[in-house]
Amino acid sequence: MSALLEVSGVSVSFDGFRAINNLSFQIGPAEMRAIIGPNGAGKTTFMDIVTGKTRPDKGRVIWGPGSLSLLGLSEARIAREGIGRKFQKPTVFEDQSVQENLLMALKDRRGPLSVLFYRPNDTHLARVLDLAEEIGLTDQLQRKSGELSHGQKQWLEIGMLLAQEPKLLLVDEPAAGMTPAERAHTTNILTEAAKTRAVVVVEHDMEFVRRLGCKVTVLHEGSVLAEGSLDHVTANKEVIDVYLGR
Amino acid sequence: MSHTYHRRTSSTVIFLGLLLAFTITVTFLSEGMGAGVISTSFVKTLGKTLCLALVAISMDLVWGYAGILSLGHFAFFGLGGYMIGMWLMYERTREVVVTSLADAPIPPTPQEVSDAIANRIFGVVGSADFPMIWAFADSLLAQLMLVVLVPGVLAGVFGWLAFRSRVAGVYLSILTQAMTLALSLYLFQNDNGLRGNNGLSGLQNLPGLTDVPQALVSVWFLWGAALALGLGYLLAVWVVSGKFGSVLRGIRDDETRVRFLGYPVETYKLVLFTGTACMAGIAGALYYPQAGIINPAELAPIASIYLAVWVAIGGRGRLYGAVIGAAFVSLVSSWFTGGQAPDVPLGFYTIKWVDWWLVVLGLSFVLVTLLAPKGIGGLFDLLERRVAPDRHGADLGPDQGSLREEESRE
Repeated sequence: MSALLEVSGVSVSFDGFRAINNLSFQIGPAEMRAIIGPNGAGKTTFMDIVTGKTRPDKGRVIWGPGSLSLLGLSEARIAREGIGRKFQKPTVFEDQSVQENLLMALKDRRGPLSVLFYRPNDTHLARVLDLAEEIGLTDQLQRKSGELSHGQKQWLEIGMLLAQEPKLLLVDEPAAGMTPAERAHTTNILTEAAKTRAVVVVEHDMEFVRRLGCKVTVLHEGSVLAEGSLDHVTANKEVIDVYLGR
Repeated sequence: MSHTYHRRTSSTVIFLGLLLAFTITVTFLSEGMGAGVISTSFVKTLGKTLCLALVAISMDLVWGYAGILSLGHFAFFGLGGYMIGMWLMYERTREVVVTSLADAPIPPTPQEVSDAIANRIFGVVGSADFPMIWAFADSLLAQLMLVVLVPGVLAGVFGWLAFRSRVAGVYLSILTQAMTLALSLYLFQNDNGLRGNNGLSGLQNLPGLTDVPQALVSVWFLWGAALALGLGYLLAVWVVSGKFGSVLRGIRDDETRVRFLGYPVETYKLVLFTGTACMAGIAGALYYPQAGIINPAELAPIASIYLAVWVAIGGRGRLYGAVIGAAFVSLVSSWFTGGQAPDVPLGFYTIKWVDWWLVVLGLSFVLVTLLAPKGIGGLFDLLERRVAPDRHGADLGPDQGSLREEESRE
């Protein structure tokens, strides 16, 4: 299986502190992966590198069938290549309606000129309606997203991610602050998405990871400590020492 | 699905209606075309105010919608004024020169005419040659194009350098202010070809229309300014009402997020910065023929700061707010500083508004920022009872039993 994203030998330091140390990571085109690890293990920095927010000191980040190097590309360009990211804190455009948020995220041309002359067509509106249904916000389309509850904002952000139709989804703690029922819903959305694209979930909550039922990568001090099924990694002595045993 | 983007068509119609009614009323009350209730100088003040409203709209687009606090838009306004002023002054001087040389026994050569014009224009700064930048001053069309091009190119180059390096927030404001200061200091020099601190004058005299009284010209300019403001307003409404406006507000609220959605944020900023600079240039080109004179003091950084104050007091992020702010503050300001406001004798001290107006303006700016961040425009929200909910302390999830905000803090 050829990898969709291949990160190899990446290192980055901040003021002498090695946030990522010779990290290598691969994911296929339709795969779900959970990344776990204690605070400061480099999970968020890893996402920053893939999305172009942070430049690594060395290493390679290769993307897609065309083997494009993502290093040196702007964040916007990487996003247009098909990498979507959800932040830990829900960030939606609170001043704008749910529909406007979704329309902005909808996969389309991103240049200023085409956006200036853009008017939503029926296909796009139908797509927005579908997405709204999937994230349970059909009745809230015209509401300002700032009026939504925290959980609804989380879902709106997930909806915006899906609207982008990315080939790779990077999701940072999607279930934070949700009730069990909401978590189950989130799990469903993510597993459904992973059938057609790659999904990387960063999560603290073991129970949530177990429900995703996917391969797990454990990060520790900026490099991969263990990789495999959840049962496999939780049986690993080192993993228990640095993470689970605490 | 009835509406996708919130189009405040009602406010646009009301605004354009009011603008039309205002223009007609002033026309019928003016000295030039009607009852003569409004003096020509006040018609000019009103016409100038419309131009200020137009530049305030451009400021609102850049600051209120995209969150770029530019302290250079009044410099673009001034540049537009200089560009049209060059043609007005050249052409008017040429007329005078040709008339005075017509009586000479030998008809003057083109070179003699050109020398005489240059002598009249630049004698005041001790020069008698046309500088290079006056190359197109004899062509109205060329200078009209420069009204848009000069501010546009300056904003384009400046914006490209600044946005590409991701300069944002207060640093960008400082940078734009430095640009404004540098430009105005440059214009103050006598040898720059724009007559230094003398500036360009006599701009109220339209070449070829010497017989037309100023009373009439002032009404024409009022119409021109009203038309430009109306069109500018419509253009701005169109720009901000669609997805483009959605992206701009996104950039204002969370630039990083917009970037991760795949939008080239820097390009958007550059397009907007340059476009609004052109708009400011047009406003300036309509303003200074009514003012009659432009000098480098007009481009001083304080003018751009005033512009920000108008927009803040009127209400950022809504176009009519910018218009209200510019009109209200500039008219009140000219009333206070024009010596018309009566002094307030306190016995031990007499408040002279000419000295104290700036303090009042500064104080009201601070108060508006602290107490009514939506500005005067926010009053319309009160009328419509549109309120933003206070979500703090609410449940995080939609179900009962979700974590509350306080609990989730790490």
